[in-house]
This record gives sequence, C-alpha cells and structure tokens, in this order.
Amino acid sequence: MCLSVPALVVSIDGQMADVSVGGALFKAGLHMVENVKAGDYILLHAGFAIQKISDEEAHETLSLLNEMKNYENE
Amino acid sequence: MKYIEEYRDKGLILKLSDHIKKSVTRNYDFMEVCGGHTSAIHRFGIPSLLPPEISLISGPGCPVCVTATDFIDKAIAYSQRENVTIVTFGDLIRVPGSSSSLEKEKTKGADIRIVFSGLEALNIAKSEPDKTVIFLGIGFETTAPGTAVTVRTAREEGLENFLLLSAHKVMPPVMDAIVKDGIKIDGFICPGHVATITGSHIFNFLPEKYKLGCVIAGFEPTDLLQSVLMLVRQINTKSPDVEIQYSRAVTPDGNLIAQNQLSEVFEPCNANWRGFGNISASGLRLRKEYAAFDAEKRIPVIIQKHRGNPSCICGDILRGLKKPDDCSLFRKACTPENPVGACMVSSEGACNSYFKYHS
Amino acid sequence: MSEIVTLNHGSGGKQAHELIVNLFVKKFGMPQPLTDSAVLIEQGCTFAFTTDSYVVDPLFFPGGNIGKLALCGTVNDLSVSGAVPKYISASFIIEEGFPVKDLEKIAGSMAEEADKAVVKIVTGDTKVVEKGKCDKLFITTSGMGFIKPGFEPISTGKKIRPGDKIIVNGQLGDHAIAVLGARNNMSFSSSVVSDCTSLNHMIQSVLSECNQVHFMRDLTRGGLSAVLYELAQLSGFGITIDEISVPVDDPVRGLCEVLGFDPFNLANEGKVLIVAGRNEYEKILDILHSHPLGRKSALIGEVTNLNKGNIILNASSGGKRILDIPSGVQLPRIC
Repeated sequence: MCLSVPALVVSIDGQMADVSVGGALFKAGLHMVENVKAGDYILLHAGFAIQKISDEEAHETLSLLNEMKNYENE
Repeated sequence: MKYIEEYRDKGLILKLSDHIKKSVTRNYDFMEVCGGHTSAIHRFGIPSLLPPEISLISGPGCPVCVTATDFIDKAIAYSQRENVTIVTFGDLIRVPGSSSSLEKEKTKGADIRIVFSGLEALNIAKSEPDKTVIFLGIGFETTAPGTAVTVRTAREEGLENFLLLSAHKVMPPVMDAIVKDGIKIDGFICPGHVATITGSHIFNFLPEKYKLGCVIAGFEPTDLLQSVLMLVRQINTKSPDVEIQYSRAVTPDGNLIAQNQLSEVFEPCNANWRGFGNISASGLRLRKEYAAFDAEKRIPVIIQKHRGNPSCICGDILRGLKKPDDCSLFRKACTPENPVGACMVSSEGACNSYFKYHS
Repeated sequence: MSEIVTLNHGSGGKQAHELIVNLFVKKFGMPQPLTDSAVLIEQGCTFAFTTDSYVVDPLFFPGGNIGKLALCGTVNDLSVSGAVPKYISASFIIEEGFPVKDLEKIAGSMAEEADKAVVKIVTGDTKVVEKGKCDKLFITTSGMGFIKPGFEPISTGKKIRPGDKIIVNGQLGDHAIAVLGARNNMSFSSSVVSDCTSLNHMIQSVLSECNQVHFMRDLTRGGLSAVLYELAQLSGFGITIDEISVPVDDPVRGLCEVLGFDPFNLANEGKVLIVAGRNEYEKILDILHSHPLGRKSALIGEVTNLNKGNIILNASSGGKRILDIPSGVQLPRIC
C-alpha cells in the first residue's frame, strides 16, 4: 500500500500547504509534520504530509549506489 | 521530479541487477507485504531484472484485498439509507461484497463519492449538513493517522453529520500470523510508507522471534533492487536483521507526531482479514471518547452472514501459499472487470497485477 | 456480458469494446473490424462516414468545451481513415434550464473550429428534455469526408507489417488531466490545458507526401493502451513500446504518480498514433515535426513478429512487462 509521492512545498497557509509534483499542485495537511517551510520536500499521502524527506539521507543512498562497482558484461 | 527520477536511473538499476545476479548462492523466497510494492515491482518489470534464484511473493499488503466482505456489506447497507452519503477512497469502489459492490450500488442511485483525502470527506460534511456523511477508513498505518486527524478536526469543528466506518489495520500481527502459519519465506521486504509512520522497530520481532531478516524498502526500482540485494547479503552471511533501505523517509522511531495523532483517536482491536479470519489486535477502532463519530455506534446496521465462492482461493494467495495461476477461477470467472475475490479487484492485488502483467 | 450498463462500459476499455461488439455490432450486422469511420464506396466515390456523442463533464475546461470537442473529434475520426473531412452534422440534447449564453459560447467554438478545419456544419437537430433527464448538454456529431481515388484503405489495419514503426504526435494525457482538474472536487490544480484540436491538416500534410502510412488512430478514451490493444488485435502481430520515448508532460506525470494513474490510459483529443513503414518513418517524423501540432512527435515503438497479439513494454527502468488494455474508469487510489 500506500501511494505516497515526494512533493515540493510551495506555500503554507496555517495547517495546509500547497505542494507540487512535477508542477501539478496538491493540497497537503501538515498536521503530522513540523518545521516545514517552502522549499522542503514532504511525502504526500491521501492529502497529508506524512514525513519530511531527508535530503542528506537521499544523497547518501544515491552516493552509495553510484559508488558500487560497475561490472563489465561477462 | 526530485526524489523520484534519480531513483529510476537505468544505469544504477542495471548495476544493482548485476550485483544481485553475482551475489546469489542458492534460492531465495522474499515476501513483500505492501500493495504499493506489488504494484511497483510489476510496473518497473523488477522480476525481469532478477536472477531465477530469487522469487518475490506477494503477501497480504493490499488493504483493499484484505478488507473483509462484511465491511463492504455494511457500507452498502449504510448507502441504502436515506440521506446518507458514503465517501470512500477509489480503491474500495469495486471490491465485491457478498452480493453487490459500492460501484453497483452507485449505478442504482446510492450517493457514493470518491475522494482522495479524509479532509475532502470533511468538506462534503460541512457543505451538506442535512446529509449523514460516512467515511470509509481503509488502509494501514500509513493512512490511519490521516483518518485520525480527520476525526479530530471533525470534533474540533463540532461537525455532527460526519461518521467513520473503520477497517484500518496494522501490519505486524498479520506478518506474525504468516510466519507462524509456516509459510516458507527467507525474508521480508517491509512496507516503506508504513515504516515512515511507525519507525523500523515494529519489525524487530522478525529477527528476534523468528531469525528472519527484513529490509524496509522504498518504492522506486533502485530502492526495490537495493533492498533485494541487502536481503540476499543478510542470508548469505546468516545475519538476519531489520535494515532500513528507505532512509530518506524512514527512521528507527518513525513519525512521533503521526503516532500520537493515531493513538489519541484509535485503539487496537481484533480485526477480520479476508483470507486469514480474525487476527487479534490487528485492527484500529475509535476510542470511546470519539464514539460520537463511530458509524456503527451511532447507526447500527444488521447484515447477513455470507458464504463466499468456494472456489475462491484469495486466502491462500494472500498468504503467499498459492499463485493466481493456481486458482480455477483466474482469468475465467474472475477477471478485473468481474472480480470474484478481492485479490482481483485492487490494481495492486496479486491477481490483478498478475493478470495485467503476465501473459 | 453484465446485466446492467455501468460507467465502465463507456470508458473505452475492454468492457466498452465487448458491449459494442457483442450487442450493437451483432444486432446491426455491421462490417468488422470496427474502425473510426466507415469507409464506403458508392457510384465510384470512396467516402468516410462517422458519428460520435459527447457527454463530457464539465462542459467547459481549460483548452476547450464540449462543442470544440465534438467538432474536432469527428474531424479527427474522418482524418485517420485517410479522408479529407467535408461536412458535419450537429445534434443537441439540452436539459431544461440550460443557459442560452453557454449554448452560444459552445456553438461559437464549433463554428470557429469548423473554420479552422475547413469543414461545414450543414445539418443538425435540437431537443430539449425536462430537468434531470440529461446532464446539461449532450452533443452528437456525424461527419463525411472524401477519400482520394487510389488511396488504399488503412483503417482495417491490413497494411500493417512487422518492422513498421509506431509514432505519436506529442504528449499524452493532457486532455484527461485538464478535464479532471476542471471538475474541482479533487484537491489538485495544474496548468495543464486540453490538447483538443483538429488534426486533419497535419495528417493531410503527411498523406500528401508519404505512401507508407499503414494505419492511424486518434487516441481518445482509453488512451494509448486502448489503441495499442486494438492494433495488436487487428494486425495479429506483436508490439513493443519503449516507455522512455513516450512523451508525457511533467505535471501530467506528477498527477499520475500521486493519483495512481497510468498516462498510457488517459484520454487525449489532439493526438494520433501513426503506424509507418520502416523506410518512411523518418520522413513522416520530419513532416510532423515541422507542423505546429506535431512538434513533440516521437517514435515510441514498433510492430514485431514476436509475442503476437501482445504488447511488450520496455520499461524505462530497464525491465520488461506486458501491457494490457485498461479495464474500466481509472480511479484515484491511496494504495
């Protein structure tokens, strides 16, 4: 389950934010996350932000993958 | 689209595929228990990127598939009452009850509306005060906190015409039941978005009690392949553990605010899982402080006990014991247009995915 | 077949196809295979004849309205059979209470599109029904166009061969998303505008220079998937599609990710799929690229001798899977 997609916080109005995925805008309830500001990325699920995405961890995952050895076609 | 496309890089995908192929030393059976994973695995053609030694089994991770028939029957019974509006996520609309479905009832004139969020259901209740709006709460720990917020907001705003019919469930008890049942699995691919809320610690029982390893996986192709590689390594080194692959969203403790919202509004209860029967402490029901929003307490309905189609083996499929091909109804009496069992209804149900993506 | 008609029967997928073939085609004894337009020969003249009904909700959406949709839809159906569209009829079923102002706007759009497409609306009908008996306005348009002598018919797909290339003239899903956004009961918005337009001039610019167009279909309800399925059925050959080559605009992609839609299943109103002979597909692409409606045309796949009757998708991940016909209306999901 759980279609949740990383979305960019565009603007905030109280408990609700406008978030963007590829330029399409969605409403997201911020009731479950704190210290969110425009420019942050959150995981959007069923109209709520369920987590802030850790940019540091995201980079680390990608670095790890990039550092993996490339096998030649054997 | 940031945090999506980078994890779909073909070069990284093929590199991971290569690493997996070079790491296998025996056969491995991994179960995923998340409809989102079932869907992603098929969408990205993951099986075609894995060596034949690795088998991915789809478990009871689709909240639609495991929603018991009597929940649908209750929702239908409510929809037939005057001035009731049923508000639901799209996933549930085609799930077969014992003799009808929400979709069929809609064609007969029932007021059944599809929303994307519980907050939309609240808006409907606010703008139509003379209707009783019943929101069907399905989903696991990822979705339930949102429903909790919705119910809290309904209370804060003094809404009297908003009710919840909950079929929310939690994952660990059913995973425990699967292992106890003796189904042969070498490791679990754990649901990344459930873990975003709960934290990784809810899966600690797997290595502690059963010496089974698990990896909490994201939903992009590199996430899935990296998770498979991590599981293969755990097995090769005989070191079962709970590992987080999806670290950009999952931490050991999870989202405490969401957890608090959840426990403020819901408490555990026994729940009926299609294919598994009753599993104790596997469901979520409204606490008595929120009884005013509980549809079943405010408007009791009586439904008839039903018998399912005896040839339907959704239960075995949900437990990972059988594959869709093993079912005598598959592709014949049971198709996506005319589903008999829930595994065929949801686009992430094992049978629906299999139907669409395999010849 | 089911006992009652449901919305799934109208959504252009498998059930719609079954209803049409098992009920209407059978009763009417219509020639098969079904094509966008009937191609008829009478007294030495070959012409194409087609009809379609429009029931879109909402009536007005970014990029158009039900009138524009009706006119362009019929013009396009005629064009993909190789005909030059000439004459259109327009019938209106109007719900009591419908604002005349809106009817004027809609008719005005139809007149404007007819001018652009160089067709004439020559006949029609109007009915008004009691409030509640129809959802505001339904339009049915029929059209006639002439096929040049010597032009070999392509609608039945019999010219399709293994090795043929598959082309679409631009981004998919814009119309579906524009209409969904205009419904305003979903918590999203986007700048996506419907691609609704008449394709006849673009198609004629290809047909006048090329003779290896083996098949064409406009991608309407059911999207690319529905047409690929039809292509596989008609030709009996296999199809391979490269997911990465299929053009989809970012906001459409974003919406699909969030709502759980597949862009291949989304409706379009200004897109055509062309099956081109392997020796001419590059020329066809060049001509399309030089036309305003074809700037984002792309080669997306080919017809093969493998996996006959099936559509294989080379996923952008590097994996492979089979594509199947969409079944029923796409619904937003949480799971």
